[in-house]
Order: sequence, then structure tokens, then C-alpha cells
Amino acid sequence: MGIGIRIEHLRKVYDTPPPSAAGGRGFSFGPTRSGGRKEKKKIEVLAVDDVSLEIPAGEIFGLLGPNGAGKSTTIGILTTRTEPTGGRAFIGEFDVWKQQVKAKRLIGVVPQRPNLDFALTTREVLLFHGAYFGQSARERVRRADEQLEKFKLTDRADQMVRELSGGLMQRLSIARAMMHDPEVLFLDEPSAGLDPQTRLMLWDIIRGYGNLGKTIVLTTHYMDEADTLCQRLAIIDHGKIIAEGTPQALKSSIPGGYLLRLRFDRATEELLAELRGLPGVTEVKSADPTAADVYADRGGPLIGPIVNAAQAAGIEVRDVHIQEPSLENLFLHHTGRSLRE
Amino acid sequence: MNWKTFYALLARDGHVARRSLAMVLVQNLLQPLLFTFVFGRVLTSGGMMQGSFKSVLLPGVIAISMVIAGIQAVAMPLITEFQFSREIEDRLLAPIENGWIAVEKLVAGMIQALMAGLVVIPAAWLTMGSGTNISFARPFAFVAFCLLVALFASAGGLTLGCSVGATQIGLMFSIILTPMLMFGCVYYPWSFLKAFPGLQYAVLLNPVVYASEGLRGVLVPSVPHIAGWITATVLALADVGLVALGIRKFNKKAVS
Ligand SMILES: Nc1ncnc2c1ncn2[C@@H]1O[C@H](COP(=O)(O)OP(=O)(O)O)[C@@H](O)[C@H]1O
Ligand SMILES: [Mg+2]
Repeated sequence: MGIGIRIEHLRKVYDTPPPSAAGGRGFSFGPTRSGGRKEKKKIEVLAVDDVSLEIPAGEIFGLLGPNGAGKSTTIGILTTRTEPTGGRAFIGEFDVWKQQVKAKRLIGVVPQRPNLDFALTTREVLLFHGAYFGQSARERVRRADEQLEKFKLTDRADQMVRELSGGLMQRLSIARAMMHDPEVLFLDEPSAGLDPQTRLMLWDIIRGYGNLGKTIVLTTHYMDEADTLCQRLAIIDHGKIIAEGTPQALKSSIPGGYLLRLRFDRATEELLAELRGLPGVTEVKSADPTAADVYADRGGPLIGPIVNAAQAAGIEVRDVHIQEPSLENLFLHHTGRSLRE
Repeated sequence: MNWKTFYALLARDGHVARRSLAMVLVQNLLQPLLFTFVFGRVLTSGGMMQGSFKSVLLPGVIAISMVIAGIQAVAMPLITEFQFSREIEDRLLAPIENGWIAVEKLVAGMIQALMAGLVVIPAAWLTMGSGTNISFARPFAFVAFCLLVALFASAGGLTLGCSVGATQIGLMFSIILTPMLMFGCVYYPWSFLKAFPGLQYAVLLNPVVYASEGLRGVLVPSVPHIAGWITATVLALADVGLVALGIRKFNKKAVS
């Protein structure tokens, strides 16, 4: 079967400052804090601006965007944690806001900030989570052991959660989200703060989970993660989706997306001029006397003409490196800004 | 309504409370015991207070112990869980309506308040020594009052826990709990305030007055007290109001 996701014209406007900036919120008995209330009303952050998406069952879908783009807010709405200002979101056939319990049954969530239960041990976090989802005592003990093993947490099983390092907490947080075997898994920046090795382990686990026919939605601001892990992507900025498609399709959607990094024994002005004249080339840059960076709308097909041009000028080609169009380039193309702030 | 999840949530709170049992006991018992010892034992044997004061004191101490235990058990974890760690989110994602999670907190708080009340009775009796005369002639009324007081405590804890920021915990104790305690007719019957008519009527706004006076009426009926039907009615109304307010605040605080 499998469970898909549908989002229709979703909007979210926050009228309070983000929690980190909230500092010491005063007493707030009831909504009658007349004085300060009116001034506060002026704060309006449009976090998600008319987003529509359809994520078919069984897909690994990525939301890629810089900090503050609205990724976590979108995930929050899809997981019942945030009330949408407008529009609707569905997990399978259930309207997330109106049928919260039914939606909650289908989903597992890894929040951006680990929200583990600090009063428990590693194993208890998994056991109680299983109990919340109605697993029998035997089932949850078995599942917890499996998860501990899978996430290499077995030797930390009886340690209090508050004593774990950030990376271990993140692992436990993911193990917990998968504990009840949800049909849809949400991961909000799952690999932030993980060491490279754990990151690879996590990618394997996510792929494996996807292979079981589960739907996976993850957010990231790492291009390589979006590129290698996701079957389809939406690129989001300022609460709006600016591009959507497979990583490959997205990357080839911009002209001049390829970059050929060339090395010669010498790169003369005449040669650079020749290169600029080749078909499909949009720009040629040369930072040092033996190198040239060629931006073009194609990669491999240009190698022949480049080698010919060099030979005709009596220049030897030492090295050719083709960089495929990257999502970074795509983001740059659409927004004029880099993904990394 | 999903009983399995509800029960699991309750089991989690029970597990956590058991783990810190010693701390919870000290937190809930030390103050009332010191108080009963000093006022009920030291001052009465020194002749500064009449021996009958012990019987006035005990119901009040039971009431205030329950109130403080219930408020602390519910409010303190909620304040930290909502503020710093968002720990509560894992339970908000459990397959149950958010309102039921608040109800679970109420039940867990009531259980802790009732246990505090139960433990404080023999303990206070022991510290005060002989001469404490309380009557258990009306067990049903006693149980009913205990339930009303426990619900008041946990519903108050829920409301406070969803209203107070982590930085205002100290303030909460000094401007809400301490006055409620001192003007809650805990250590004296309400009728003693008749020398201060303004105060005597002002304290009627304090629900703790009805908790102390109600239990006093049941346990030491010979001491003058506010009529039982009044204290029971006011407590029940306070309970209903605080439960509604607390659940509403919880639901609001639970989503962004
Ligand atoms: N709980 C909140 N209250 C108020 N504003 C918020 C809240 N959460 C996020 N925001 C604001 O909404 C915008 C989008 O944030 P977010 O969804 O967290 O983006 P991302 O996850 O892509 O970094 C930001 O401007 C952020 O400051
Ligand atoms: Mg985020």
C-alpha cells in the first residue's frame, strides 16, 4: 500500500517572535495582556507562502533550502505540531490538522532539535515510545533491541539520555522515530551535527527504509545529501517553492550548468579565445597560467573540440575534470544567492 | 480515546516519579514536617500554644502538602519541557488528542498529591506526638475532600505550568504559592481571622482556604470551620474552572 502526502496552498504566518528570541516571556494569564499585545501583533513572519506539493507513496523526497526558508515549518504542519494559517495538508487520506490522531499514527518524526525525554534512559526512550504507539511489551522489547543494534547504541542502552553527546542523541532520535515502523518518516535536517561516518550510516538506513516502500520526507541544506539521497526535491526559499523535480532534471534545467576544469602545460590568451568560441560555452575563466575553467551547457561532448583546439595551438592537455551541474548552481541561478549563507 | 496510549503516558510519569522518589519525598514532606514539629511539638510543649492546636494544624498540613505536591508534580516538568527541551513533543506526537495528554498530567498530579497527603498524615502525627485528636468518622467525606483538593492542586499545576516561563519559577513561588499558603487558613482556622474583617473576606478568594477548612470540618469537626457544603461547592467550582483553563492553555501551548 504505502501512504502519500499532499499539500494544498499551505500558508503559515507566525505572529510571535521565534522561540529562541522569546527569552523571558512574562506571565500570560489569558489573552488579556492589553498593553503589550497590540505592539506584538505587528510581528508577522510569513514562513510558508502558498506551497503545494504532491509526494507519492514510497518516495524519498527532499526539501532543500537555506536557513529560515520554511522547511521546519512545513514539516511542523505535516506532523501536527504547527497550525497552518491557510491551506491543507494530507497524510494519506487524512487531513493533518482535522484528523490529528489518525495522521499521528502513520508518521515518525525526527525534529531538527532533538526532543528526547531526558528523564529516561536510552532504552526506555524506545520502550515508552513503543508503548505510546500501543506495542505489546514483547514487541517493544524486541523492536528496541533491534533499533539499538541498528543505530549502534546497544552499549549506551542503560545510560541516561541527558548524558549522551549530541551525535548520539541524534541517532537515538532517529531510532525512536522508526521504532513504531511508521509508513511516513519525517527527518528535519537529520545529518546536521553528525560526523561523516555516522552520516553515511544514516544515509544507508534511510535508503533501506525507503526500499521497504515507506515514504520519507527530509529537509537539508546540504546539496550532496539532497543529491544522493532524494528521488525528488523541492527547492524552497522565503517560504516559496522555486523549483521541483528529480535532482538530475533540476540540475540540467539551467543553461551553462556544466563546469569543465582544464589544465594545460600553458594556457595562452589565444587558446582561451578559441575555447570561448566553442559551441555551448558561456564563460571561460583562467585564474593561473596553466588552468582554465570552462562554463558550458554540456560536458563530455566538449572534450574532443577542446583537445583539438589545444593540439592546433601546440599545447598539451594535462587534466580534464568535468563537474556536473550542481544544485548549488541551480539555487544561485534562481535566487542570485548561495545556499550556504 | 486511546486507553493504551493514555496508560503508557501515565506509566511513564509513574516511572519517572519512582526514579526520583527520595527527592520527591523530601520535596513534599520536609516543609510540612518541620512545620508540624516546630508548631505542633516545640511550641505546644513549651506552653506557648495550647495542645489542641495540634488538631487544628493537622488538616491544614494535609491540605497544603497535597496542594504543593500536586502543583509541583505537574507544573515543574511542564515548565521545563515546554521551555528548554521541548521534551513533551515526543508525547504530543503519540497517537492521542493533545487534550488527553493534559488530562493524563492531571491524573498523574492527583495521584502524587494524594500520596503526599497519605504520607503526611502518619508522619505529622508522629512528629507532633500525643494529643492529636482527629476523627475518621466520615470516611467518604474525607475521601471526597481529598479528591477535590488533589484535583485542585494538579489543575492549578497544569494552569501554572502552561503560563509561567522558566525564568519566573522563583517568582511563581514567592507571589503565588507563598501567599496562598500563608493566607490559606492552613495553620489557623478561618474564624480566627475575625479580628481582621477585611482580610477575613479577602482570603476567601484563595481556594486553599476551602481545602484546609474542608478537611478541618471532616477531621476535627469540633473546631469552628466553614460549612462543609460551602467548601465542597467552592472547591468543585475551582476544580472545574482550573481544569478547563489548564487544558485550554495546554492545547494552545502545544502547537505553534
Ligand atoms: N515558532 C516560531 N515562532 C515564530 N517564528 C518562527 C517560529 N518558527 C520559525 N519561525 C520563523 O519562520 C521562518 C521559517 O523558519 P523555519 O521553518 O524554521 O525555516 P528552516 O527550517 O528552513 O530553517 C523563519 O523566519 C523563522 O524565524
Ligand atoms: Mg529548520
